[in-house]
Amino acid sequence: MMRWVRLGLPLIIFALLVIVLARGLEFDPRHLPSARQGKPAPSFEVPTLGSDRTFAAKSMLGKVWVINVFASWCTACVIEHPKLLRLSRRPDFNLIGLAYKDDPSATAQWLKQHGDPYRQIALDLDGQVGIDYGVYGVPETYVINAQGVIAYRHVGPIDDAFFDQHVAPLLTANP
Amino acid sequence: MSTEVNNRQRPILSDAEGSSSETAVTDRIRSLTEQLRCLVCQNQTIADSNAGLAIDLRQQVVQQVKAGKTDGEIKQYMVERYGDFVLYNPPLSPNNSVLWIGPFILLALGLLLVWRSVLRRPQGSSPPAPTSADQRLRLQALEARYQESSQSLHTPGGGPAANQKKPTQE
Repeated sequence: MMRWVRLGLPLIIFALLVIVLARGLEFDPRHLPSARQGKPAPSFEVPTLGSDRTFAAKSMLGKVWVINVFASWCTACVIEHPKLLRLSRRPDFNLIGLAYKDDPSATAQWLKQHGDPYRQIALDLDGQVGIDYGVYGVPETYVINAQGVIAYRHVGPIDDAFFDQHVAPLLTANP
Repeated sequence: MSTEVNNRQRPILSDAEGSSSETAVTDRIRSLTEQLRCLVCQNQTIADSNAGLAIDLRQQVVQQVKAGKTDGEIKQYMVERYGDFVLYNPPLSPNNSVLWIGPFILLALGLLLVWRSVLRRPQGSSPPAPTSADQRLRLQALEARYQESSQSLHTPGGGPAANQKKPTQE
């Protein structure tokens, strides 16, 4: 009995170590915990593309809405864009674009080329809104619930399950 | 409407004149930016990095220092936005407690193991068996032979040391 423990214990420890390290291999070191998730979305009011009006985050209070941080200089945004275009056909997908540190004419040109899925495009010319939201890699997507709290934040291009997993549940809770 | 939004890299303190209060401010900015991690290039501080975001955050630090914010307030500003990860010296939290405490637990386990094996040895090993007269004789013979051979090692020209070639020029 004692002999089995002596032989088995190192094996068990080894197996645990393998499991822990194997899991570690799957972590993406670029994926950082989101400090703002679960916190109220920082308010901002910035100019919009193609109109004289400004966009204020607080105007969206009471609605489930999504901020998509993009830029014409962002290559990964091109990958994500068709998904946003497809989702934008849904009437309940309130998608606001945040053009991050981009020249507005370049943004407009880029949208003409790739299509415009956004209800409005807020211009973050100096990147201050990005800093307030903790943006560190474009594209980033923030889902904000009807209470104005950031329910979910995604860094990098969104995947196919994005809407069903992170937006739809909020819509059923608060249509 | 055309707005310049590209990152112009400005020197952090172009107006540093070298007066003592100015150098104090420069030192504070340097020390703060060296404690903050660049989120884009994760193994650099925002002082080292020239990534767009690092430049913006450096600018942010400069503005806030000049606005009279304390170091704590500036770090808090960064942590609110980017999490503890932005600090090169993150505080102890439930998330990273294993990293802080783990080495000490391993050290304690190691010490326990050493302590146990040291304590156990004298009890576990049997006392030396009594030697018989025959064995004693053989031991003496072995000791005598050992002394002879070690003496011959030390006599000049006798031991294997003499066989070693001296490094001379050939």
